[in-house]
Amino acid sequence: MARKFMKGCEAIAEAAVRSGCRFFAGYPITPQNEIPEYFARRLPEVGGVFVQGESEVASINMVYGAAQTGTRAMTSSSSCGISLKSEGISFCASARIPMVYCNVQRGGPGIGAIQPAQQDYFQATRASGNGGFRMLVFAPATVQEAVDMTYEAFDYAQRDRNPVLILADGVLGTIMEPVELPPMRPEEEVKALKEALSDWTLTGHRAEEKALILPGGWAGQEDRCRRNANMYETWGKDVQVEEYETEDAEVILTAYGICGRIARSAVRLLRKEGMKAGLIRPKTVSPYPYESFDRLNYGKVKAILSVEMSIPAQMVQDVELAVKDRCRIRTCLRSGGEIMSREDVLKAARELV
Amino acid sequence: MEQVYKRTKGIRDDMVSGFCPGCMHGTVFKLIGEVLEELDILEKTVTVQGVGCCGLAMEYVTYDCTTSPHGRACAVATGVKRTNPDRLVYTYQGDGDLASIGLAETMSAANRGENFTVIFVNNGIYGMTGGQMAPTTLIGMKATTAPAGRDPKVHGYPMHMCEILNQLTAPCYLERTSCNTPANVRKTKKAIKKAFQNQLDGKGFSMVEIVTSCPTNWGLDPMASLDFLEEKMLKEFPLGVIRDKSREEEAV
Ligand SMILES: Cc1ncc(C[n+]2csc(CCOP(=O)(O)OP(=O)(O)O)c2C)c(N)n1
Ligand code: SF4
Ligand SMILES: [Mg+2]
Repeated sequence: MARKFMKGCEAIAEAAVRSGCRFFAGYPITPQNEIPEYFARRLPEVGGVFVQGESEVASINMVYGAAQTGTRAMTSSSSCGISLKSEGISFCASARIPMVYCNVQRGGPGIGAIQPAQQDYFQATRASGNGGFRMLVFAPATVQEAVDMTYEAFDYAQRDRNPVLILADGVLGTIMEPVELPPMRPEEEVKALKEALSDWTLTGHRAEEKALILPGGWAGQEDRCRRNANMYETWGKDVQVEEYETEDAEVILTAYGICGRIARSAVRLLRKEGMKAGLIRPKTVSPYPYESFDRLNYGKVKAILSVEMSIPAQMVQDVELAVKDRCRIRTCLRSGGEIMSREDVLKAARELV
Repeated sequence: MEQVYKRTKGIRDDMVSGFCPGCMHGTVFKLIGEVLEELDILEKTVTVQGVGCCGLAMEYVTYDCTTSPHGRACAVATGVKRTNPDRLVYTYQGDGDLASIGLAETMSAANRGENFTVIFVNNGIYGMTGGQMAPTTLIGMKATTAPAGRDPKVHGYPMHMCEILNQLTAPCYLERTSCNTPANVRKTKKAIKKAFQNQLDGKGFSMVEIVTSCPTNWGLDPMASLDFLEEKMLKEFPLGVIRDKSREEEAV
């Protein structure tokens, strides 16, 4: 298949369109403006709808509405904008509305910095809105992965009738890389996908078959929570992870997204230096690949280094849950718009032993 | 014998009203049902409910229904209508929902000229949460969060949403009605029908603001609240057509 040179944000948008996304609403914020801008050009070409919402709050609610007609729908933002979407995301999770959104993370808290960061890990994996719901969260490290994950995200969202998050960052959003784009879903297939949902979507029904979409209610809330909890239990099979040079490793680096990529190249150099380093790179951070840490040989592994563009560290809490005191855990952290360098990682890794 | 009145098919036969005695929400839902039935579009209708006492009707309308987060109905309806252009979409919102927390969504949808209909039920108070001050609460009127009455020096003045939206170019039709007398109920029904017809004709944003009572939180019995509505509410919120571009467009 032909390879194309594309910017991360634009590649994500194109992958969504190819997956059948026909509605996008968003509000400008750096470093993800190229996503709405791309959709604004592209969606009319395929009979889709782009709306520039008056705010992130409005945009997510437009998506909430569009997805309720069975239309594959998406929104994107960055960090503080994602906070504003959290009410709508929670409503999607509660009312079982499939939807995909992307967070091209910048620094935080508050308005933070417009430069890349990974400060939203807890928000993404623990509490993306009120009510203790969970989502599948994909963490791409290359533009190609961002494309593949976005393309599949819509299928997962539809399978579970739940929101799916693509957790990117400012580096990934703005770099250009060669990508292989997935095939464009034929229009008939996109229509069929929409029609297949028409028993519950807001497409007009006779009284006996009325579609009633409730994001909660006076009765039955415990049952709804339990049903969702049961669904989360089935997600073990959806874990995606890259385990690199872990078999004989004495030192494990672990990182997701852009840091995963930097850590991978550090592992190669460390190996050249003679240090037996390995990498665990979660490609889904929810569900988290806890089992990858069980597969390690703790007779050999002396220490684990969580590499994150977040201060304080966040993913390290999942690492601690996974490692269960079987070895030392340290962190290597940058934030505030300072991008992790391979030298930062090498230095921290050498200090481990 | 000639049948002169029947129950609307827009409301379930077995429905039990949860509204308080003297509340007009039930009247408005009945009128909407009748209009949809007369237009023969019950099976093509989607309502986006705001958050407020209107939520009591979600189960008993007989057509497709969704619930928006508080204040977001116009944004949700934008998504529903844009991806479902041949369905009739209306939002149903209280004054707290539409004019306070949802002000931006309301203004922006109206400004885009979204082709759906807003039914705005203005009872001058937060009904569902127990009588707190709304943007439409009258000067001097008591609310649980303005126990000494609305004081313009502190709380500002009641907001007139029809007049505010009338500053925008896009909206097609804005009318304020009430349900306090049989004649006004008939006018309200006419206004709802016109607003829905505008949408079916692709004419863009229409809003019918209906001035109603909330006996429970006004602290008045149903009859006294009719007097209050007539004497106080309608003085602040005069009834009538505020904007009607549908005719202009017909003339072109
Ligand atoms: C985000 C959010 N804030 C607050 C509430 C609580 N709440 C529910 S209904 C309501 C006010 C409703 O008043 P109004 O819109 O005037 O409708 P009414 O009940 O008077 O018809 C409020 C504040 C909520 N549900 N969600
Ligand atoms: S509280 Fe007020 S608005 Fe709500 S049902 Fe009772 S009378 Fe109607
Ligand atoms: Mg009210």
